Amino acid sequence: MKRILILGGGVGGTLTANLLARKLRQRVKAGEVTITVVDQTGKHVYQPGFMYIAMGGERADKLQRPERGLLDSRVTLVVGEVESVDPATQTVSLVDGLPLSYDYLVLATGSRIVPEAIEHFDTEAEHFYTAEAALELRKALDSFTGGRIVIGIAGMPYKCPPAPLEVAFLIEAELRQRGLRDKTELHFCSPIGRAFTIESVSEMATPILEAKGIELHTFFNVEAIDADRHVVQSLEGEELPYELLILVPPHKGQQFLMDSGLAPAPGGWLPTDRATLQVGGRPDIFALGDATDLPLSKAGSTAHFEAPVVTERIVAAVEGRTVDHKHGDYLGKVMCFFEIGDGKGTLLQFDYTHPPRPPKPNQLWHLGKIVFNKTYWHTVPKGRV
Amino acid sequence: MTDTITAPAQPRTVDARGSYCPGPLMELIRAIRESAPGQVIAVYSSDSGSRTDIPKWVEKAGHRLIEVTPRDGYDEIVVEKTH
Repeated sequence: MKRILILGGGVGGTLTANLLARKLRQRVKAGEVTITVVDQTGKHVYQPGFMYIAMGGERADKLQRPERGLLDSRVTLVVGEVESVDPATQTVSLVDGLPLSYDYLVLATGSRIVPEAIEHFDTEAEHFYTAEAALELRKALDSFTGGRIVIGIAGMPYKCPPAPLEVAFLIEAELRQRGLRDKTELHFCSPIGRAFTIESVSEMATPILEAKGIELHTFFNVEAIDADRHVVQSLEGEELPYELLILVPPHKGQQFLMDSGLAPAPGGWLPTDRATLQVGGRPDIFALGDATDLPLSKAGSTAHFEAPVVTERIVAAVEGRTVDHKHGDYLGKVMCFFEIGDGKGTLLQFDYTHPPRPPKPNQLWHLGKIVFNKTYWHTVPKGRV
Repeated sequence: MTDTITAPAQPRTVDARGSYCPGPLMELIRAIRESAPGQVIAVYSSDSGSRTDIPKWVEKAGHRLIEVTPRDGYDEIVVEKTH
């Protein structure tokens, strides 16, 4: 009997479980293999939709579904909070429940936001990295009548690198439509020396920022908030006043991974091989998605393209054969849509050796993103795309 | 009284080869944020733009650029977090 244990019911965990169930169906049926997913809430949340709660009339209840309904019937779901992992005994302990043993462990535990890492974040800044926070941002925008809006990034790494720039574009378009644009200064703070990390995207985005009158502040990594003066400060030593402050909160990996000695503090990102996705050189532990320390976008797309690699490696081990490197090596593939406002978007697609060459923004890629968001439940987690 | 000799901190390696998003500079900023002053960080970058944008940021943020060394297909850029 081989026991496959997957921690996390997000994109990576769910897709890996379903792919494994499909590839190993005969062995599962024969009782030779078990596949178990442990998820803290039992609810699968489509996080890319949060931005649209703030910017596009999306509703939080449309962005989550029961994890059970997305999983293959051959996969067991355990709803519970993980307390620790002991690689020596191949055991996972739950806060409330019996320990679970494994032969192969998949860590699809995502990232978590830690706004509390920055003093006054909770009272001074808005964000869109939870459904609740996105709704609060929507309310703040509804009551906004003009002034300085500052959009910045308060930690590295963070989920969905294009998101803050997308939000800047979308807010600008909204303010124009509401007749508030000439009463508003918009400031976008980029952590690096250009508007966006990918040079070709930056070259595309910079004239759009200029055309939209969004002031670009380069090398501005948000470090602190002075609540008394309503000023945000950068680790490079500059500051900007605001009336409405929108910040990407700091992110970390899961605390239990640090406590278990699998991920180093303070970030908590799992040391993951860029090709095999093995953690810390261990042949029986894999990681994918946000949880890894790979230099890649923390985005569902990354997990989506990593899941088949983890699947192939585990299936090969279970079947006692060598890995098919065509399917079992991750080449760094990521693909995501990028909104630029006014109903237009583009597509970013790249891997370790091929930089992105985004097409000229048009309505098609914006519609592509909308369609992808709406059809997600029937496609990605079930391995249909 | 005994003097304590502190060994130089082990350089932290950030392998950002093939990173287009978030990119080598973002990976360095992450490492700087996570490190204590005095930590030396070696960034591996296959993006030729890093040769200019990393030193620019290091200067702006007040850290210290130790060296930029061309390797086989990538650059090794070594930085010390000073504060």
